[in-house]
Amino acid sequence: MDWQAFALSLRLAAVTTAILLAIAIPLAALIVLGRSRWLAAVEALATLPMVLPPTVLGFFLLVLLGPRTSFGRGISELLGHPLAFSFDGLVVGSVIYSLPFAVQPLVAGFASVDTALVDAARLLGAGPVRLVTSILLPLARRSLLAAVILSFLHTIGEFGVVLMLGGDIPGATRTLSIVLYDQVENFDYSAADRTALLLLGLSVLFLAAIYSKTPNRASGVRGSGGH
Amino acid sequence: MHRLGVIMLSFALDSRRGSFHLQVECTFATDWTVIFGPSGAGKSTLLRLLAGLDLPVKGNIILDGRALTESSTGLRVPPGHRQTSLVSQQPALFPHLNAQANVAYGLRDPDRAVRARRVDEMLDLVGATDLAFRRPQDLSGGQAQRVALARALAPAPRLLLLDEPFSALDGVASDALLVRLQIWLRENKVQTIVATHDATDALATSAEVLLLRDGRQVALGPAAEVLASERERIALRLKAR
Repeated sequence: MDWQAFALSLRLAAVTTAILLAIAIPLAALIVLGRSRWLAAVEALATLPMVLPPTVLGFFLLVLLGPRTSFGRGISELLGHPLAFSFDGLVVGSVIYSLPFAVQPLVAGFASVDTALVDAARLLGAGPVRLVTSILLPLARRSLLAAVILSFLHTIGEFGVVLMLGGDIPGATRTLSIVLYDQVENFDYSAADRTALLLLGLSVLFLAAIYSKTPNRASGVRGSGGH
Repeated sequence: MHRLGVIMLSFALDSRRGSFHLQVECTFATDWTVIFGPSGAGKSTLLRLLAGLDLPVKGNIILDGRALTESSTGLRVPPGHRQTSLVSQQPALFPHLNAQANVAYGLRDPDRAVRARRVDEMLDLVGATDLAFRRPQDLSGGQAQRVALARALAPAPRLLLLDEPFSALDGVASDALLVRLQIWLRENKVQTIVATHDATDALATSAEVLLLRDGRQVALGPAAEVLASERERIALRLKAR
């Protein structure tokens, strides 16, 4: 078992999830609460990575972050190393790639909160930040959990973006899914078995965590009712 | 008309939502005004505009000399900063907070003890002291309505908007609360606007009445005059029984 790759995958997923939450919570709140007509375009853009082939996204990022563009050269100069083929580059790619998996559950969760509650909070002087932290997030706890777990798992499982953008550098960009690919390519099926089983186990474990928090459907009790 | 100590609210509003068109222009200078009209007349729409939850296509709202909404300049004081509270038919208590925390939500005093005292005072006013630690889902409709009222009054608004607020309360409790509330509101110089489709509610208080029908203001004046026809209708109905 390649524990270095395992640790790298976990680290990548944890960092990506943290950054995604910081982006997705305000973005989802803006999409749900905002009135601008541009928000439909914003939501479409935030969903794009879900339907875009990962290799296409990886390729675009590779070009954008590489030495061929002034943007890539600027970042290179700023950091002292190019973003492509580095852990930081993987984080950037993963954040974009998993964005819809953080934004979509939060948009659905926030939108399901009774608008009368949002109005009541605004009437009592709650600004956007307080509205999100004291009303939307507590009432959409399950959606928040879903966003965390889906972002985490989706990042652990990504392959196309990682391979395109990160290459296969042990300790820097070689994640568990790349290891699995390498093992299969080398006909090392028993090692591939263990790696695949580990990835499968992680997914089942985390998904079980989401569904164990699901309110009993038969009881019909939901968290957002204000009636 | 402008009585001492009573703040003045004036507005001229033009609002469209779908095919519904609301057009009103009024000045309220009494401490208790009733907006009366059948459902669909635009009462709730008007209250939401006054509270700043919705924007008119055109118009302005001036409370005590301060412009709250002004379409010509694009001014729009956000809800929660207009010294205006709204209690709607649906109490909309925050389900994850107990009654006490609901009432405390709009309080901004940094001193915790001051906030706690205000919460106690408000719960006492609406007769809900014993409900302080109950969650909204454990409250009856009437109890929830009382807590919602306490929550709206806690930040000391100058304008209180009530949208059919007593519909969930039973008659006797509603009357007792109404008396206590009116005294308190007068003492604290809160101008109150109550929207109702119930003529007995409108006649119970000797208030100014704005009669609204299909989004248009039909009459504005003392209850006895404006609701004369409604009063006759009720009397006839009672006689017929």
